[in-house]
Amino acid sequence: MSMLELRNVSKVYGEGATEVDALRNIDLEVDRGSLVAIMGPSGSGKSTLLTIAGSLELPTTGDVMIDGSNVVGMSRNDKARLRRRTIGYVFQDFNLLAGLTAVENVSLPLELDGVPMKKARAQGMSALDELGLSHRAERFPDELSGGERQRVAIARAVVGERSLLLADEPSGALDSVNGEAVMRMILSACHRGVAALVVTHDAKLASWADRVVFLRDGKAVDETLSPPGPEELLDHDATNPPAS
Amino acid sequence: MSVRHSLLALLSEGPKYGFQLRQEFEASTGDVWPLNVGQVYTTLDRLERDGLAESDDIDADERQRNFRITQNGVEELARWLRMPPDLTQPPRDELVIKILVASRLPDVDVYDVIQVHRRYLVQLMQQWTRLKEDEVRFDLAFALAVDAELFRLDAVVRWLDAADGRLRRSRQESTTDITEEVTRIRRRTGAHR
Repeated sequence: MSMLELRNVSKVYGEGATEVDALRNIDLEVDRGSLVAIMGPSGSGKSTLLTIAGSLELPTTGDVMIDGSNVVGMSRNDKARLRRRTIGYVFQDFNLLAGLTAVENVSLPLELDGVPMKKARAQGMSALDELGLSHRAERFPDELSGGERQRVAIARAVVGERSLLLADEPSGALDSVNGEAVMRMILSACHRGVAALVVTHDAKLASWADRVVFLRDGKAVDETLSPPGPEELLDHDATNPPAS
Repeated sequence: MSVRHSLLALLSEGPKYGFQLRQEFEASTGDVWPLNVGQVYTTLDRLERDGLAESDDIDADERQRNFRITQNGVEELARWLRMPPDLTQPPRDELVIKILVASRLPDVDVYDVIQVHRRYLVQLMQQWTRLKEDEVRFDLAFALAVDAELFRLDAVVRWLDAADGRLRRSRQESTTDITEEVTRIRRRTGAHR
């Protein structure tokens, strides 16, 4: 069973003459342990797709299944619980709370979900440790570099039992080495069984994904086929196939 | 890729045999650029002819000869490292030509052509990125070579994105121009819808 499934999802903003089709008949599945990237230009519907996948917004038509439950028709409280327990978000501008330390930022979602403070903090520390940041746990966001802030944001997104990671241009503000480190972290979360959906316009970022879906004017117009193994690139007797 | 100067660089570390140069060349480029042993010996012959490398055992079999760099070789290597490659003339890029041709043909959907190439390039980038995942083999030379390839492919994808956007905008503008022209003519001639 897929961790995330969008079934024939459409989203329309406005009415009549001002009506805009932000998403049109999107079908998308993200399995546990897999990383899917959505690529498309500005205004193609990438961010709308992500907010709908994260239950922050409802589709106009269609269904959004998260871990087998349909978000459409779910009560506000149930959706909030699902978001707290199952979904982690990573945004381009980190969205860390300035008044909380790194570890407090990471453990906050657990505390909000009723996990005792001590236990939440221990889990927060363990998430930071995995990303090589335990020594910066007591620092406030403005005392951290851009790369460190983004690592804290990822730790917050995967802390606890979260199994769906949604990221919007997660390394957009970082240089390429830090951007690569962010993608390695997301991939490592996937290797632990997390399902991840990343939207980006950056092909270097998207190339970390198992599958890349191309979005244009709210429609999924194409997707990558499973590429041959990387070893073929170093097999100099083999020739690269032309595009089909 | 200048095999000649790469071999000079390896010889600047100390005297070496041909087979050793081949192995070290491939290792230093992360096995991304293969080199056959014939190429190595041909290049060494030319370096020797040009006074950039030398060997004492001139009459020995080429496989037994130990080569070292000369002072002229050291200077040539320093000059080459700092000399920018000639990038003044744009290369005759087949992909650019395909898109230019597709954009002029009325029966061809240029956006579809762009997408076919975009998808192929992203798939190729996925393959290169997979090589990065295998950290055991991911030494510095290999990382630099793989990055170079990823940045090169990324630039092509960006160009395709830019071409896609530019073509759409230009077609939109020409449609708007035609609509405005028709409206102007209608007004002038007093014609109604």
